[in-house]
Amino acid sequence: MSDNSSKNGIMGWIDARFPLTKMWEEHLSKYYAPKNFNFWYYFGSLALLVLVIQIVTGIFLTMHYKPDGDLAFISVEYIMRDVDWGWLIRYLHSTGSSAFFIVVYLHMFRGVMYGSYQKPRELIWLFGMFIYLALMAEAFMGYLLPWGQMSYWGAQVIISLFGAIPVIGDDLTLWIRGDFVIADATLNRFFALHVVAVPLVLIMLVVMHILALHEVGSNNPEGIEIKKYKDEDGNPLDGIPFHPYYSVKDLVGVVVFLILFSVVVFFMPEMGGYFLEHANFVPANQYQTPEHIAPVWYFTPYYAILRAVPDKLLGVILMFAAIFMLFILPWIDRGKVHSIRYRSTSFKWLLGMLVVSFIGLGYLGALPLSDIRTFFARVYSIGYFGFFLGLWWISKNEKTKPVPERIQ
Amino acid sequence: MSSEVSDNDRRRFLTAATVVVGAVGTGFVAVPFIKSWNPSARARSAGAPIKADISKLEMGQQIIFKWQGKPVWVVRRDQKALATLSKVAENLRDADSEDSIQPDYARNEHRSIKPEYLVIVGICTHLGCSPTYRPNMIEADFLGGFFCPCHGSKFDFSGRVYTGVPAPTNLTVPPHYYIDDGLILIGEDGVA
Repeated sequence: MSDNSSKNGIMGWIDARFPLTKMWEEHLSKYYAPKNFNFWYYFGSLALLVLVIQIVTGIFLTMHYKPDGDLAFISVEYIMRDVDWGWLIRYLHSTGSSAFFIVVYLHMFRGVMYGSYQKPRELIWLFGMFIYLALMAEAFMGYLLPWGQMSYWGAQVIISLFGAIPVIGDDLTLWIRGDFVIADATLNRFFALHVVAVPLVLIMLVVMHILALHEVGSNNPEGIEIKKYKDEDGNPLDGIPFHPYYSVKDLVGVVVFLILFSVVVFFMPEMGGYFLEHANFVPANQYQTPEHIAPVWYFTPYYAILRAVPDKLLGVILMFAAIFMLFILPWIDRGKVHSIRYRSTSFKWLLGMLVVSFIGLGYLGALPLSDIRTFFARVYSIGYFGFFLGLWWISKNEKTKPVPERIQ
Repeated sequence: MSSEVSDNDRRRFLTAATVVVGAVGTGFVAVPFIKSWNPSARARSAGAPIKADISKLEMGQQIIFKWQGKPVWVVRRDQKALATLSKVAENLRDADSEDSIQPDYARNEHRSIKPEYLVIVGICTHLGCSPTYRPNMIEADFLGGFFCPCHGSKFDFSGRVYTGVPAPTNLTVPPHYYIDDGLILIGEDGVA
């Protein structure tokens, strides 16, 4: 870099060998973000914070945990009781996983609300969806590790889902488990995937997500491009440098988040059985299924869809379809207007229906079955898929409001 | 590089050939890693047949044995339980066990060699939970048998699945034979 080589001192020395200043400017001090970011824009940086919390606490947990069918449960109790501050590290990690999903769900909702997935940001959305998928794999495999009753039977049910695939299903489940039932072999490989493989993939995807974002530029609550109007230096008129403006703003979000996070960690780490299920304080017993098994809350919407369908294969297909719909959202939405502020009333109704259905499914998925609940789960399932179908339908000739040229 | 001196067809061929050889090589190298996920020799040997002592099993009782890490139940059914089998047939999805897994000698109404003793794998054919033995749970059209707490599947005293529940097929009967009256070998068909 010719302009950097003129610098002296240690930074000049580094910049001649590594693009440190260039990267700092490109992604922070000269990355121009729209000036009108609101509350909803906290969750991207918060997701990054939770990722760091999970990695740091996870590394320290592996120093005491034993991935062995006979020792796993005891080693978790050992961490809780005998390791200095072990309880705190473990609760930070277990609360962190739920916090991760809360933050990510809000982050995704923001994207849907302001059309952040729309052209030209389809790849950002896709990378984000792969992050979500990796996160679900990470959470699912991590939940097996304490080797409690819910770990064991939850994994049994989820792995059995693959058994619904015609022809290869049974061999596939055997291959995933590495034994005829969930066993030590399963625990050991899930441990390897949970602490090494998936985190590497996650970090890589996060980098791609951010690189794609900084290439295209951030969307904003108005849903308009700020690159159209630039000053004489070529910087967007309605943009402000990420650092220091948004780094300082996000710091406020971090402080508020950490306060709420600490309240959970210190006063309600089990969250009434929603963050850590009660049945998981009983060691895994392969001869007895708990009376009521349910996944952790962040999986319950999909689980409710699975249970709502009285056919095994169709249930599994619809469950995976529910996630797949999110992947193709940028192509389902044929609209040109990004933000909910300028979209039609029907879009607002549809989005409301999605939120009600998703929360409704999540609530039902955590409860035992009954006829009336199955009925509502079916209604909400239709509502969930109805959002995507309806969006495709209305977005063709949507009656939108005029979109402003500039951010006021 | 001037294009006049280079032979683009040859270059393209060499590029393609290198890619193909690399891909085939990668494919072969992947095999050991993928196969390492198969059940190990130790896991397979733990799947060997087991002897089940049923000499002390009382009428109406259930004992659970461990075979291939799965629960295998032996249930001694009384006349009352056996009498329900023909009554519930019309409420069953696969009353004749045509789509279910069992050895030929257990493909009958009582799904066993001796009507009194049911030998069956205690894993739900839906998503692998272990149903519970509910001889006294009587509902409108359910006359007792097995109930899966996970997703509400119901089975009769022969492990045959009811209609309107998510489990697609009957519970699986493992290969087994009687060594003598009080001893069953589970995991192997009897030698004729």
